[in-house]
Amino acid sequence: MSIEVRVPTILRSHTGGQKLVSGDGDTLAELFDDLDTAHTGLKGRIVTDEGALHRFVNVYVNDEDVRFIGGLEAKLSDGDSVTILPAVAGGM
Amino acid sequence: MVAHARADHPDEACGLIAGPEGTGEPTRHIPMINAARSTTFYEFDAEEWKRVYDQMWEADEEVVVAYHSHTATEAYPSRSDTGIASEMGLPQAHYVLLTTRDPDVAEIRSFRISDGEVTEEPIEVVGAPDAVQTYKFAHSPDSTVYDCH
Repeated sequence: MSIEVRVPTILRSHTGGQKLVSGDGDTLAELFDDLDTAHTGLKGRIVTDEGALHRFVNVYVNDEDVRFIGGLEAKLSDGDSVTILPAVAGGM
Repeated sequence: MVAHARADHPDEACGLIAGPEGTGEPTRHIPMINAARSTTFYEFDAEEWKRVYDQMWEADEEVVVAYHSHTATEAYPSRSDTGIASEMGLPQAHYVLLTTRDPDVAEIRSFRISDGEVTEEPIEVVGAPDAVQTYKFAHSPDSTVYDCH
């Protein structure tokens, strides 16, 4: 099983500069655990200590925003594509 | 960018200029929806942002400029602008801020934001369009360029 993961520029310090990495997992949470073994620190930038997604990171499975499909419990299948993006936000 | 910010006023406007990866050249203006639809906050619409990012990925583009407007305050990154950009932002991008608080004068400034540090950089207008408004540029450490009338 292999899931392709698109890594945003700000997190490429954890992937040796790679923009595309791959990992395994039946859920998004398992995928991030798996990715963290090869790419130390990556998970901590996406998942809080309490086990939720950080507020200003967007994660998608294929085209779906994972907030609408179970968050970290979102199910993954072989060949899925996961995209991580900064939310791009601010305020005065 | 100014036209977009004027059109969305009094809400904050936001958008991108994309360009070929690694060149730093801004070539494609992409006005974005402000999902917050707020006078004091902006956030890219997650669905639209994914579509735009996919197009950029396929075209080997990256974000060269990420801009947003302030509607009642100066064109300078706020504390939350800086905090969010440092924690989970676009480190390669020029963060451009413009303010629409004055209906006649648009003030535009450009910054780099990383690790909680805000560094202003000079802006120079080239190929100014016809019938522009007066653009007022803020002082920066290196230069101040006034252009357009």
